[in-house]
Amino acid sequence: MTTAPPEDAVTTYREAMRDALREALSGDERVFLIGEDVGRYGGCFGVSLGLLEEFGPERVRDAPLSESAFVGAGIGAALAGMRPIVEIMTVNFSLLALDQILNNAATLLHMSNGQLPVPVVIRMTTGAGRQLAAQHSHSLEGWYAHIPGIRVLTPATVEDARYMLPAALADPDPVLIFEHGSLYNAKGALPRSGTTAGLDRAAVRRSGTDVSLITYGGSLPKALSAADALAQEGIEADVVDLRTLRPLDTETVAASAARTHRVVVVDEAWRTGGIGAEVSARVAEDSFYDLDSPVERVGCAEVPIPYARQLEEAALPQPADIVAAVHRAVN
Amino acid sequence: MLMTRETRSRTTAEPRKPSKKTAKKPARKKTPTAGPRPHAGPDADRVRLLESMLRIRRFEERCVELYSAATIRGFVHLYIGEEAVAVGVNDALGPDDSVVATYREHGHALARGVPAEAIMAEMYGRTTGCSGGRGGSMHLFDASRRFYGGNAIVAGGLPLAAGVALADHMRGLDRVTCCFFGDGAFAEGEFHETANLAALWRLPLLLVCENNLYAMGTAIGRHEAQTDLAARAGSYGMVAWAVDGMDAEAVAASARRAVTAIRGGAGPHFIEARTYRFRAHSMYDPDRYRDRAEIERWKAQDPIGLLQARLRQETALDDGDLAAMEQRVLDELESAVAAAEAAPEEPVADLLRHVTSRPPEVN
Ligand SMILES: Cc1ncc(C[n+]2csc(CCOP(=O)(O)OP(=O)(O)O)c2C)c(N)n1
Repeated sequence: MTTAPPEDAVTTYREAMRDALREALSGDERVFLIGEDVGRYGGCFGVSLGLLEEFGPERVRDAPLSESAFVGAGIGAALAGMRPIVEIMTVNFSLLALDQILNNAATLLHMSNGQLPVPVVIRMTTGAGRQLAAQHSHSLEGWYAHIPGIRVLTPATVEDARYMLPAALADPDPVLIFEHGSLYNAKGALPRSGTTAGLDRAAVRRSGTDVSLITYGGSLPKALSAADALAQEGIEADVVDLRTLRPLDTETVAASAARTHRVVVVDEAWRTGGIGAEVSARVAEDSFYDLDSPVERVGCAEVPIPYARQLEEAALPQPADIVAAVHRAVN
Repeated sequence: MLMTRETRSRTTAEPRKPSKKTAKKPARKKTPTAGPRPHAGPDADRVRLLESMLRIRRFEERCVELYSAATIRGFVHLYIGEEAVAVGVNDALGPDDSVVATYREHGHALARGVPAEAIMAEMYGRTTGCSGGRGGSMHLFDASRRFYGGNAIVAGGLPLAAGVALADHMRGLDRVTCCFFGDGAFAEGEFHETANLAALWRLPLLLVCENNLYAMGTAIGRHEAQTDLAARAGSYGMVAWAVDGMDAEAVAASARRAVTAIRGGAGPHFIEARTYRFRAHSMYDPDRYRDRAEIERWKAQDPIGLLQARLRQETALDDGDLAAMEQRVLDELESAVAAAEAAPEEPVADLLRHVTSRPPEVN
């Protein structure tokens, strides 16, 4: 049977994620979704809406408010042959399950000398921008990227929202997926033919010759809009979407730096000890002689994210901050 | 003193111990056997319990020597005094069941059938160790025996065990997951989250609390507001009871009853095994927080001595059998030590193996 290649469809990040979940649940009996309010409520961000009706309460499993127990249960079920997808409402709450993620999921393969792989996928939202104040707004994916033994994904596009999940499920190791809360309503083109991007490579989302903007997740749209503004002034930015924070694709970053000779790292986490610090250090190690100016960083103000709109906006990196950092770099 | 505490969960009564009258059998006529073969015949199961406890005891005594000689290192937590719990519970489990244990798990691993040689090699950090030298005393694993560790975080194994049970439950497999943990775990949220989850979903989970009355140096009365642990576990809606953890046969009977009920779909069960560690918390612990008389009182209830005496009285087990058993165990341990000594060290070139299933990250 032959079919004409289907048209790219425009869809939202949320729907792409839901399609990926639906495909995973229907394609593999071992897959089940577990988390707070993933079933009857339809997912805290509406991602799993309708899946309970389709797959039933065994496989779309509402868990009590017990992050440690249901994340640990996901890890244990993975050990025992299932392919659980665990949803944690936000990265802030994942801290209650940090013991299970760090001390069990990330260590069991190594400590058992390869006997106990942990094929679990853990999804959670991250990031600020919706006036939810400090306890719902932080960007801690960089902390997780610190940990050997896990993979850290940050889908920024509709395409990655759709295709990173199956790739994560195919990975024999624990995979954490961070979905920026401001992206769920984002619309984009979804190639129906699937993606070949995989999980190991960063992607150049816009090509330019004058400066490299290295970013990921919810900061990608801001970097792209800064790049548009810069283009008005004749500054062409190369925008690199890291996609995966662990393991880092340092080759794509170095190749971009070699093209542009100027690097600005953009992310929503605090600068001190954050993932931006790691990327800057890698650029210093790998690309020192390619650089024409010091690495610039744009991150969150060193403050718990405040509630008031103007304060939150001031705390977060904005396109204007990115443009200003580029000006410093190119001068 | 705490053993006389008559606190029982209101949920159920303690299972009856086999009464002396019914348990007592006429002495078997001894037939000469060739060489030191394990006991066979109607009392074989009881004798196996004894030998299994003896193997754990002698293994750990050997560990003390090796630790004092600085041959093995790390945190080493001895199970001496508590052997009846691991041995009794394991007696009720089948090969397809799973076990999740703590850092005091030499006994759990040995009772589960992990070879002494693989455990000893692990203590030595050798390639042939059950964790390839990456785990040490606190992180023994054997996937082939569904032995999931070896967890050095107090209560950290509980959610994992619920997950293993959940997987079996979802796949319709007739398996029980057993999780061992100490009284100290009761103060951690992970115990309570797991108890709620397991009872809510009626998971095939056997929770075995080894109440040895201390969390490191803190006596249970100083770390728990309510020390009737079975009553607390019962409050989650699971069947819970306490048992004399110094009596391997009582533990075995208790565990068998729980496992049968769990297999029948009755959901999680909780057993508080009242026991005592004769040694310090770990090899580093000067053991200043309890008085010698208390330790001596408990030693009078040594689970090995207790079962030995009972078997001598109620079966044909005699000095010759005991000496042969002792010899078998010692021979097994000596060859385990010799094999560990001779085993190659895990090469440093393999340092980054098994961090992920993919080749090591180089960047
Ligand atoms: C989460 C955590 N906190 C503290 C410790 C340090 N620690 C190791 S063993 C122990 C006591 C635990 O006592 P219990 O659970 O009763 O087990 P037992 O050692 O008596 O077998 C403590 C506090 C730890 N390993 N994990």
